[in-house]
Amino acid sequence: MTRSTRTQQNSLQKQMTPAAVLSRFGVLIAFAIMLIFLSVATNTFLTPKNLINVVRQVSVNGIIAVGMMLVLLTGGIDLSVGSVVALSGVVAASFAQSGNYPVIVPVVMGVLVGVLVGIINGFLIVKVKIVPFIATMGMLSMARGMALVYSNGRPISNLSEGFRFIGSGSLLNVLPVISLVMLACFLIGYVVMNKTRFGRYVYAIGGNEKASRVSGLKVDQCKYLVYMISAVFASLAGVVLAARINAGSPASGEGYELDAIAAVVIGGTSLSGGVGTIWGTLLGVLIVGVLNNGLDLLNVSSYFQLITKGAIIVLAVAMDSRNKRSA
Amino acid sequence: METVLEMRGISKTFPGVRALDGVNLTLHAGEVHGLMGENGAGKSTLMKILLGIYTLDEGSITLFGKPVSFRSPREAIAGGICMIHQELNLIPEMTIAENIFLGREPLKNGFVDYKRMNRDTRELLKNLNLAMDPTMKLGRLTVAGQQMVEIAKAVSYHSRVLIMDEPTSAISEEEVKRLFEIIGSLKAQGVAIVYISHRMDEIFEICDRITVLRDGKFILNSGCADLSRDDLIRAMVGRTLADYYPKEIAKKGDVLLKVEHLSSPGKFQDVSFEVRAGEVVGFAGMMGAGRTEVCETIFGMRKKSGGKVYIGGREVRIRNPVDAVRHGMALVSEDRKQYGLNLIGSVRDNIVLSALSMVNPSAFINERRLNRAADERIRMHGIKTPSRQTLVESLSGGNQQKVVLAKWMLTNSRILILDEPTRGIDVGAKSEIYRLINHLTAQGIAVIMVSSEMPEVCGMSDRILVFSEGALKATFDRDEVTQETIMRYASPNREGIPS
Repeated sequence: MTRSTRTQQNSLQKQMTPAAVLSRFGVLIAFAIMLIFLSVATNTFLTPKNLINVVRQVSVNGIIAVGMMLVLLTGGIDLSVGSVVALSGVVAASFAQSGNYPVIVPVVMGVLVGVLVGIINGFLIVKVKIVPFIATMGMLSMARGMALVYSNGRPISNLSEGFRFIGSGSLLNVLPVISLVMLACFLIGYVVMNKTRFGRYVYAIGGNEKASRVSGLKVDQCKYLVYMISAVFASLAGVVLAARINAGSPASGEGYELDAIAAVVIGGTSLSGGVGTIWGTLLGVLIVGVLNNGLDLLNVSSYFQLITKGAIIVLAVAMDSRNKRSA
Repeated sequence: METVLEMRGISKTFPGVRALDGVNLTLHAGEVHGLMGENGAGKSTLMKILLGIYTLDEGSITLFGKPVSFRSPREAIAGGICMIHQELNLIPEMTIAENIFLGREPLKNGFVDYKRMNRDTRELLKNLNLAMDPTMKLGRLTVAGQQMVEIAKAVSYHSRVLIMDEPTSAISEEEVKRLFEIIGSLKAQGVAIVYISHRMDEIFEICDRITVLRDGKFILNSGCADLSRDDLIRAMVGRTLADYYPKEIAKKGDVLLKVEHLSSPGKFQDVSFEVRAGEVVGFAGMMGAGRTEVCETIFGMRKKSGGKVYIGGREVRIRNPVDAVRHGMALVSEDRKQYGLNLIGSVRDNIVLSALSMVNPSAFINERRLNRAADERIRMHGIKTPSRQTLVESLSGGNQQKVVLAKWMLTNSRILILDEPTRGIDVGAKSEIYRLINHLTAQGIAVIMVSSEMPEVCGMSDRILVFSEGALKATFDRDEVTQETIMRYASPNREGIPS
């Protein structure tokens, strides 16, 4: 490109006003302010031990959020992820007890749960044409019930050493394995969304599903796949959670769907679909994590933590809808 | 006769289009006034100005001698002007009375006074000779019944001017009679009625006077009795714009698309035609004649109940757009925002969407390849955009349409269906699209072009198929047809159409 066309292009672009900068980088700026504030206000936040702890704590939510982002990008929603965490957790734990099987077996069994749930969710949404909110709400209840039935309502504990390593082990004594799993999930998410045809189709479907259909895209196939991916990531999260708490508990994962949706939305993904980035989601996950951690360190009661978290989600969505109106 | 409403010298300009240019309309008490003109002639713009939906650039409106300028339909209703839209604006789940009094429910001690509401409604319906129970759910009425309720609602506002937009488009012969009776009784009460319709028979049956608009200009105002059918048609279409359509006749090749006895219940019946390589087949007709439905059925967006489709001589089964695209078809929808574009996507992503697996055969994306393909098309089709990353929603209508065309041209389609390809785009972009059509037929692409603009159909087609009320009425060659003939075949004929 020659210099003259480049300047021409720049002159055609809208100048960014301070308000536009704020709305575009607002979340990043807010994150930076949070980090600075916590570093100054507490002497515990900015310690290697605490930071590693934060990264460890956000991992389960992060893994779920990757799949959730794909679903939200198509304009759908997946409310069943929290229950899938519980179901895959108890199933994986039942194969991880006493170390009868090599570590890979409980992991595969747990993820298979996700595949199964994904098939059912996709079938209900794509073939039976039930709206995603209702279909996955039904699955939220069913998967929770199945977890309780499978485990007789009791946590399955005493898991093998090797399995527990996934959840609480560290590489080189500093890198938590669970966080590496999350990072791998984000890398996969990045490649899928930015480097594959499928990723382009997901954005296109979220942008305008009808036009995508008329354009000859296999919309149903893509949506099916998206719900599969969401359930698989959720089931993986269930496996690592069970490994971390040394138990597959049928009560675990409750409300996780909301944490994941919050992280994705704070990260800039539009609930109506078509807009959002994987790194935005990572940022959203970190914000939710640092917020929880910071409020703990500041000795804010868990009741007030809920209030704060809710307010921040609403604020993020409010900024999103303001952006859309001004566009 | 008392003059109720006078609109003088009304002008309105939208970006790139002079929608109205010095239009006059005068209404007398107790008359039915036909407002005629082709699609896009400016009828609805004029009515929207009257109702305060648009503001006028020039001109004046006087109601009973007093100048008025309404800022919303609400104000217009308060001033005595009410419009019954083609799409009814009623709530099926509410009762007839609730619909009529929506937003101004009579109250008693702060609660809705249903007794009074139902009583008043009953009285209102009785005055219009309508035997309906006010407490019945509106959804249980037929379309005609709902329309009557709309009229009753307008009457309840003591409207002095009632605008009816295509009131008979969805009702049966019997119901039309009922409607005309009611119109007659409103006339007797001194209400002035603006009657918008494409149906010649009705216009001559019910109207006292007629105003014709064409291309946003006032053409004539005449008593109905002094006007023949042919006069009226000529006034509506009369123009010669041959130069405006740069048609180049391409060499015709084999039959690429053949359709036999295609039917879809309630939409169209027994449609057969073929399209050759290099040929533009125009689908002429009024809105609602079934042309769009025929196209969407061929493209797999709707289910057919019968008939066969052949592509390149072989029968094909097309169940969805995926099949259609695989067989080399492309469809540019009349509604590009809903069915053509991802508005929040970039120009590049929209252009490469349909052909992604051809431009980029690997499952993994090669950004540079996509950029190159998009840049090439942006240049080739003269799409004016700051960059390939610009969001499509910020482009003008003409450039958006070119993006849709670029998307399909990238798929190497052999059969291109254009549904109202120039709707809502300015004159300059229109002729660019016509040139593009020439360019495509020169390459041996078969084109179907649906258009409600008569000169466009005549100017750009090699053959013209005229549709009316879901049936293919006639086929003409380019040289043997005039706009008047097409109009005659396209006008719905109420007699003999089953209700």
